[in-house]
Amino acid sequence: MHSTRAGTTMAHPGVLIGCDIHPVFNVVESIDIFGERYLARVFTPAERAACGEAPERLAARYAAKESVLKLLKVPAEVAVPWTDIEVGADPNGAPSVSLRGEAARIAAELGVGTIELTLSHDGGMAMAVAAAVIGAEALAA
Amino acid sequence: MSMIDTVVRVLDTHGKLTTPAGSLAPDADLYAAGMTSHASVNVMLAVEDAFDIEFPDELLTKSTFCSIGAICSAVEGLLEAAA
Repeated sequence: MHSTRAGTTMAHPGVLIGCDIHPVFNVVESIDIFGERYLARVFTPAERAACGEAPERLAARYAAKESVLKLLKVPAEVAVPWTDIEVGADPNGAPSVSLRGEAARIAAELGVGTIELTLSHDGGMAMAVAAAVIGAEALAA
Repeated sequence: MSMIDTVVRVLDTHGKLTTPAGSLAPDADLYAAGMTSHASVNVMLAVEDAFDIEFPDELLTKSTFCSIGAICSAVEGLLEAAA
């Protein structure tokens, strides 16, 4: 089975992954320069509530958004506002992802259900890895 | 200051380019010139400040900020829509 999107052909089943690493200082700098406008354009109210004033946590969420964009292989001409990829937490406190808009549409088109996410930060850097299985029913068959 | 000069100034301040923006062709790939996705957020916000505009969600694409020419084209469209 194959699905076609934006001129590419992707075999099913398979695993999609994306990763990103991000300097915490860049987030600090953007907050210093643009303040509320930066925060409101990039992070959802829930993300901001979860992170408080901790730039390393915000940077990890930014890295998560980028890792999800890479996982979905979003075409350059498709608009995905940063707030359409929301990083939350499951009941056990592990990071989770909620998608809206074009990001949700592309994920559905690819057959992506749950996106697994892991975040970390240390030494002034924040990173994230996102992974998803597509065609899981084919794998189980 | 012309639109392109303003965009070049914004890119030199916020784009984290490896070369001066003024040395790039209008269609040169800014991401290939060192602009990160996060730097493009700052570029977007600074361009909004410079031209008193706001990029709507439908323009928040990688291609909108891929070159000096693409940014100028988007700004022109927003200024025309606001006129």
